[in-house]
Amino acid sequence: MRPSREKAGMVYRTVREIRGPLMIVEGVRGAGYNEVVEVKLADGTEIIGTVLDTYSDRAVIQVFGHTEGLSLDAAVRFTGDVLRISLSDDLIGRIFNGSFKPLDGLPEPIGKERREVFVSIINPAAREPPSEFIQTGISVIDGMNSLVRGQKLPIFSEAGLPHNVMAAQVARQSTVLGREEEFAVVFCAMGIKHEEYEFFRREFEQTGALDRSVMVLNLADDPIIERILAPRIALTITEYLAFDLDMHVLAILTDMTSYCEALRSISIAKEEVPARKGYPGYMYSDLATIYERSGKIKGKKGSVTLMPILTIPGGDITHPIPDLTGYITEGQLILSRDLELKGIYPPVNPLPSLSRLMKDGVGSGKTREDHMEVSNQLYMAYAEGVKARDLSRIIGELGLSERERRYLKFADEFERKFINQGIYENRPIEKTLEIAWDLLSLLPEDELIRISEGNIKKYHPKYRKMAV
Amino acid sequence: MIREGVIRRINGSLIIAEGLPDAKIGDVAYIGGQRLIGEVVKISGNEVDLQCYEDTSGLRPGEPVVNTGKPLVAELGPGLVGEIFDGLERSELELWRLTGPFIKKGYRIAPLRRDKKWHFIPRIKVGDRVTEGDILGIVRETSVVEHRILTPVGINGVVERIEEGDFRVEEPIAEIRLPSGEKREITMVQVWPVRIPRPYKRRLPVTDPLFTGQRVIDMFFPVAKGGTAAIPGGFGSGKTITLHQIAKWSDADIVIYIGCGERGNEMAEVITNFPQLEDPRTGKKLIERAIFIANVSNLPVSAREASVYMGVTIAEYLRDQGYHVAVIIDSTSRWAEALRDLSGRLEEIPAEEGYPAYLAERIAGIYERAGKVVALGGADRVGSVTIMGAVSPPGGDFSEPVTSTTIRYVGSLWALDTELAYRRHFPAINWLRSFTKYVGLLDEFWGRYDPNWKIYRERALEVLEEASRLEEIARVIGEKALPDEQRLILLVSEIIREGYLVQHAFHEVDTYCPPEKQVEILKVIIGFYDLARPLIEAGVPVDRLRELRSVMELLRLKEKKTLEEIMEDSARLKTELESLKAEYEVKAA
Ligand SMILES: Nc1ncnc2c1ncn2[C@@H]1O[C@H](COP(=O)(O)OP(=O)(O)OP(=O)(O)O)[C@@H](O)[C@H]1O
Ligand SMILES: [Mg+2]
Repeated sequence: MRPSREKAGMVYRTVREIRGPLMIVEGVRGAGYNEVVEVKLADGTEIIGTVLDTYSDRAVIQVFGHTEGLSLDAAVRFTGDVLRISLSDDLIGRIFNGSFKPLDGLPEPIGKERREVFVSIINPAAREPPSEFIQTGISVIDGMNSLVRGQKLPIFSEAGLPHNVMAAQVARQSTVLGREEEFAVVFCAMGIKHEEYEFFRREFEQTGALDRSVMVLNLADDPIIERILAPRIALTITEYLAFDLDMHVLAILTDMTSYCEALRSISIAKEEVPARKGYPGYMYSDLATIYERSGKIKGKKGSVTLMPILTIPGGDITHPIPDLTGYITEGQLILSRDLELKGIYPPVNPLPSLSRLMKDGVGSGKTREDHMEVSNQLYMAYAEGVKARDLSRIIGELGLSERERRYLKFADEFERKFINQGIYENRPIEKTLEIAWDLLSLLPEDELIRISEGNIKKYHPKYRKMAV
Repeated sequence: MIREGVIRRINGSLIIAEGLPDAKIGDVAYIGGQRLIGEVVKISGNEVDLQCYEDTSGLRPGEPVVNTGKPLVAELGPGLVGEIFDGLERSELELWRLTGPFIKKGYRIAPLRRDKKWHFIPRIKVGDRVTEGDILGIVRETSVVEHRILTPVGINGVVERIEEGDFRVEEPIAEIRLPSGEKREITMVQVWPVRIPRPYKRRLPVTDPLFTGQRVIDMFFPVAKGGTAAIPGGFGSGKTITLHQIAKWSDADIVIYIGCGERGNEMAEVITNFPQLEDPRTGKKLIERAIFIANVSNLPVSAREASVYMGVTIAEYLRDQGYHVAVIIDSTSRWAEALRDLSGRLEEIPAEEGYPAYLAERIAGIYERAGKVVALGGADRVGSVTIMGAVSPPGGDFSEPVTSTTIRYVGSLWALDTELAYRRHFPAINWLRSFTKYVGLLDEFWGRYDPNWKIYRERALEVLEEASRLEEIARVIGEKALPDEQRLILLVSEIIREGYLVQHAFHEVDTYCPPEKQVEILKVIIGFYDLARPLIEAGVPVDRLRELRSVMELLRLKEKKTLEEIMEDSARLKTELESLKAEYEVKAA
């Protein structure tokens, strides 16, 4: 009994049960695990699904499209293969939905290459550790949380904060120092509003990035379960552009919170035992199969830099979505409502933010020898300043010691001059470091203990003025 | 024995098969036409449940399952050192060469290279009697590791033939006549079931700390060679970097680094850096004493479960050769999630947060494989396995099942603190929440460098504790409102924290701090405290102390390359304090 290939293309009309996004088809002999099926609804529309659980005589299917109109007499075709998409350089400039159907009125892509969408794992031994500094022109990123090519660095945000504006600024301004290569942008929308999508589209149009971009869209009113597919399709395209066509790709995935909610709803439909807050125990591993698709490969030119955006449910950073993301990504940029209220843009709170790969991308020969130390000193001084500010809220500024007052002033100035900048302001790294040094010179020189004496002598404004 | 059955159901990594009446729990089977590797995990009636270690996409009910009847084993022999394996001991370097940069499933290669020849030098002669565990001969595997070929467990007899020469791992290097008269050819490769601890003659009490070159660990919260430690902390709090530091600088003979369900780039970084970094004690490249197991987060979850046992088994094998082996697991939480995943698919009744009821037993089972032992064999060869595991608590909450269970079974706890990490106080090991059961071992170790080490350590801990209490108060009333004696404690605690506990992993000098320097710095800092107290009593304001250049220099002692420089700074400090004292005596008079 070898019911494998011959069954490919077999059509069944034996749907026994439909429960949320799940469908049980009986009488199926040996459906492949993860095999793609096409379900034809009574009205003729076709949606795709994959096999989640397969028995000798039946299969449980997860469908990705709208399930309204789905009935027991739907025709289910088992394709005999896992989900693959066609790839070619014609994809650049195109727009698709979450199931890879064109939304731009152009025909379905025909590609030379058909690649699996779900499983793509870079052999860790073949990875090249990312180390090329990306100048985003945003001081709080470049100066303190530098992004490098091949990194995955998410933005943790909340509703109403300008994460989209910031991501668009990053996409617009990013360059690698000393090279003129521009990034191709792969944009994947999951559950975002039309108006947000229109913002990105306009942005990309105005800057000409649209001609170097691919969009995969699942907007707020699109089928929720399709959100499971959308990022994987986007990343399959991304990998092709990077590792077959040697491009440097920045992939923006937004909003990962919508993705995780889709994952949860499938898990609930499957009646799985949840881990925390109803989210499945395998969410860490599932997210890893998305985020880990960034990186660089030894001997290949291109790179995949990933910038996922997620809105933190209830502003709680210990919520499973930001928590598990932080456990996988190489740092995080955290937006703060407090800074936003003060009118600071971008409202990135540096203290809980982190770029783990910064150390590999900065320093002499890359940015500047004092870069890492300056960053460490800014962290320390700002933390002191915030502590002093908290204290002054309790005992008043007069109760502060002179030292505390100095740090408080530092924190205020730091927010106004360093973090704060224009949406169209593109600061070179030298400028960012210059502002940093001006601020650090508000503090006694002896307290700059995270900076080596050599670098103080070389870069501290006091000595530079003397040298002039 | 019936070896071939048929798949009935596939649910992710769980395969249910029929027609394998002779299956035993733990048997390895080849699943489907692609011959994916799996292990029998449950038997009920004529159904056998298997956990598949590779991606099961495309697998169909009706495909065959072939039971090997053998358990999952580690292959042990020359060629382990410097390798990077996946959780099933496939060389990822070799897979990369054979199949390109993306992982292809169902690909099987022998763990140890079959084509390479190793120079074998016998250590015994024909006619010698050997028992299990005796060294037959050696192979110089790297300039650091002498691979000692052991008489396999279960073999005793008389050497009939043994010769020096260049051999492949599968070629016989000796022949032993067993008591039964049967002759057994011995090769340089052996296998051992990963889930069964390797036997030894007896356990020894641990006596030496594993020196790591990291001050907060070595001076305050050491782990023993043969002991266990856990390092829990929320994301970004510094687990991986701390463990990397230990892998780089600790005085273990061999380091086994198990990347279990963590980032690919982190593994890439160690594999790329280790061939360049030098061991501060031997001057040899670190790669010559390291073995990597890289079961990263996007590889199939099920294989994470096996990867930890694989690494520990390799460690025990090297221990049996008389080495001190450090096993690093990053992260045990990802391993526990693999247990949870399988348990859920088997529809077992979950205990807390979906984890199976046997979680504690499994965690203990891993840490129990650490220890210092006398190995099998005639000579009393001593070796040890030290196990250090990262724990990644969801939401940074230490009361969750994996963290709270792990804390019960380890000898040292390095509790990471997100608040410290936000301030870039690294390693962010919280000195109030961490513990060690190995303080008793420190006497001998630190006594070698300074007879008064214990006083410095205790005073430092006292200051830190007192300061944290004072900080609570200062948070409400402001530091300024505290009396100067108390503000001095805050100043000294700041110096201890910034000048001693903080140790930047990427600082050229301070990444590794030798023992004599560790004691010296602490001595100078505590010395400062002793000199400063009478000054404060004499009315010198704390702010005057803070303004002294040499006091701020205390924060930089760790960056100094030599002890002389530290002593010079200390002398300068004394002079400055004395002139300050003189100034106030004049004022008072
Ligand atoms: N000893 C140290 N010296 C300097 N920087 C450090 C040190 N320890 C940690 N860091 C900084 O903290 C960052 C996060 O550390 P690390 O990657 O070890 O965290 P983690 O606890 O392993 O997080 P995760 O659970 O997400 O893997 C590093 O990228 C580095 O910037
Ligand atoms: Mg880590």
